[in-house]
Amino acid sequence: MSELALVEAVRLALARAMSDDETVLLLGEDVGIDGGVFRATDGLLARFGEARVIDTPLSESLFVGLAVGLGAQGFRPVIEYQFMGFMYPAIDQVLNHAGRLRNRTRGRLSCPMVIRAPYGGGIHAPEHHSESMEALFAHIPGLRVVIPSSPAKAYGLLLAAIRDPDPVVFLEPKRVYRATKEDVADDGAALPLDQCFTLRDGRDVTLVSWGAMLQETLAAAETLAAEGKEAEVIDVATLKPLDMETILASVERTGRCVIVQEAPLSGGVGAEIAAGLADRGLVSLLAPVGRVAGYDTVMPLPRLEAHYMPTEQRILRKLRETLAYT
Amino acid sequence: MANTKSTGTRGGGKRKAAAAPPKASVEDLQQYYRDMLLIRRFEEKAGQMYGMGLIGGFCHLYIGQEAVVVGIQAAMGPKDTVLTSYRDHAHMLACGMDPKGVMAELTGREGGYSKGKGGSMHMFSHEKRFYGGHGIVGAQVPIGTGFAFAHRYLNEDAVSITYLGDGALNQGQVYESFNMSALWSLPAVYVIENNKYGMGTSTERSSAKSTELYHRGQAYGIPGVQVDGMDVLAVHEAAEKALGHARSGKGPYIMEMLTYRYRGHSMSDPAKYRSKEEVQKVRQERDPIERLRGIMIERKVMDEAKLKELDKEVKAIVSEAADFAQTSPEPDVSELYTDVYVGA
Ligand SMILES: Cc1ncc(C[n+]2csc(CCOP(=O)(O)OP(=O)(O)O)c2C)c(N)n1
Ligand SMILES: [Mg+2]
Repeated sequence: MSELALVEAVRLALARAMSDDETVLLLGEDVGIDGGVFRATDGLLARFGEARVIDTPLSESLFVGLAVGLGAQGFRPVIEYQFMGFMYPAIDQVLNHAGRLRNRTRGRLSCPMVIRAPYGGGIHAPEHHSESMEALFAHIPGLRVVIPSSPAKAYGLLLAAIRDPDPVVFLEPKRVYRATKEDVADDGAALPLDQCFTLRDGRDVTLVSWGAMLQETLAAAETLAAEGKEAEVIDVATLKPLDMETILASVERTGRCVIVQEAPLSGGVGAEIAAGLADRGLVSLLAPVGRVAGYDTVMPLPRLEAHYMPTEQRILRKLRETLAYT
Repeated sequence: MANTKSTGTRGGGKRKAAAAPPKASVEDLQQYYRDMLLIRRFEEKAGQMYGMGLIGGFCHLYIGQEAVVVGIQAAMGPKDTVLTSYRDHAHMLACGMDPKGVMAELTGREGGYSKGKGGSMHMFSHEKRFYGGHGIVGAQVPIGTGFAFAHRYLNEDAVSITYLGDGALNQGQVYESFNMSALWSLPAVYVIENNKYGMGTSTERSSAKSTELYHRGQAYGIPGVQVDGMDVLAVHEAAEKALGHARSGKGPYIMEMLTYRYRGHSMSDPAKYRSKEEVQKVRQERDPIERLRGIMIERKVMDEAKLKELDKEVKAIVSEAADFAQTSPEPDVSELYTDVYVGA
């Protein structure tokens, strides 16, 4: 067991998966010699060699198609996009091909691949370097969308993603790549890909979030506790398919729910969760479902960034409003 | 042309040192020198300010590559348009954009070209016909092709100049652009700034068959030329030909500029992919500014005293820009919502 930052846990999981299974290949821009823009693959070239840790030319629109072909032939490619915004040129392959190969071949073929990309703001970078566009991918049937919130989650979820027989979009919260350390055992144990994690118990309100926003969300829950109200904090982690059961069960107990997402409000994953609560949890609700989110605007840079990102204060405001509702 | 290779005339091989062609006047030489120096000093300042934490996000410096934009700009007509990648400060300065507005954008201030919301990669000036900085590698190429289409459709006397890197040249949309541009004989010039690396990947490791890139349009019948991009006079001469070709309705043209970036890819660069000696060698032997300086002294265009004066003048412009960039106010919070839709 050693104390690792999230980015180190990613590296550990990649190394573990590569030594366990020789069909796992890493591909991407500067993943080899440079060890990746965020150094997530640092040292892996030396350990696993050029045949398996592959520096590619700049060709984002091709990567996913390449992985579909490799996956269909029995490989488990792990593709690194340097930033989430660079995945957009590959949307066609993601949507029309990766997400549909299993269905299109009526189960005869699949493409087990992991598309890794750092996402989210907080590093003072513009637009495509800072966005949280998970909802774009969560909308696509046939794909899994996974976002770890901590080093241990990153390790277990990435192993699960690599072993999963379907394509997984694995989004890494770059803002907290190195923010905290946590004990991570290199035991090869995967975490489930279809289950939310309850990070904190509470009876007064359910707080739902994922990825980097859990930092602010957990901090808000602590502040609230000092005021005598207990929030149950749920880490969604696997956004697609979405485990509504855990969220519904919690809201049944608390009667109130606030969802926190960094992404723009409209059409976000938070809206899907709110709709799920309206569908199946209405009788438990004592207050309208609250959402704290980024704004429906382009991620600004760099001085306005702090105004864009949901803060602990904004979460607390919404929590108090939700708790006060009668 | 001494310093060029082109498709069709690939025999010549060796590139000789530049002899200033007679048509570069004294004023021309002075202008090139001043423009290159302004870019160099501006970029040095930006690098410094980044180091001091005054610039957020990314910042890609053009130091070493100055002769490319300055040589091309000198061959451009008043209506020609320019698009480029994220390594874009030099292109803006060469187009005549205000150094104060560029620097203030780097520091995220209201007085910046994008009101402080775009940063290093995303600035525009309709007035100076500069259409962006693009953060997505290669994305400017189809867009520049669209500009060329518009120029031809409107019968304007304008050429669309699109810069791209050696790394960008491997993106699929570049070839879709080449094909259409040639198919429709668009007035487009694609300038490949071959600085030998795309981030940490050398052209040897990313280009099939050859590290020479000027023939990448050959299958579409697009003429290509390879130019010593460290020689502003060679760049200018080659650009006149390329732009003339595109302007006269003969269709697109590809220019490969052999150049080199002295600094890291951006401000954080592990620099594992090349040696310090390699960088040092280029600085010593091929520096575009030193080279022109040598020519000017040799031709007695300027003496040391005059050069010093120019140096001072350029430094003053840069320090004025740096001051402005630190005193211009930060954008108001209400700017979060502006310009997402019309009128809002
Ligand atoms: C689509 C996309 N992929 C990757 C990146 C990250 N990135 C920025 S610049 C760069 C290298 C580009 O190299 P080149 O085209 O040679 O231009 P240079 O930086 O040398 O000027 C990479 C990989 C990006 N911005 N956009
Ligand atoms: Mg390059």
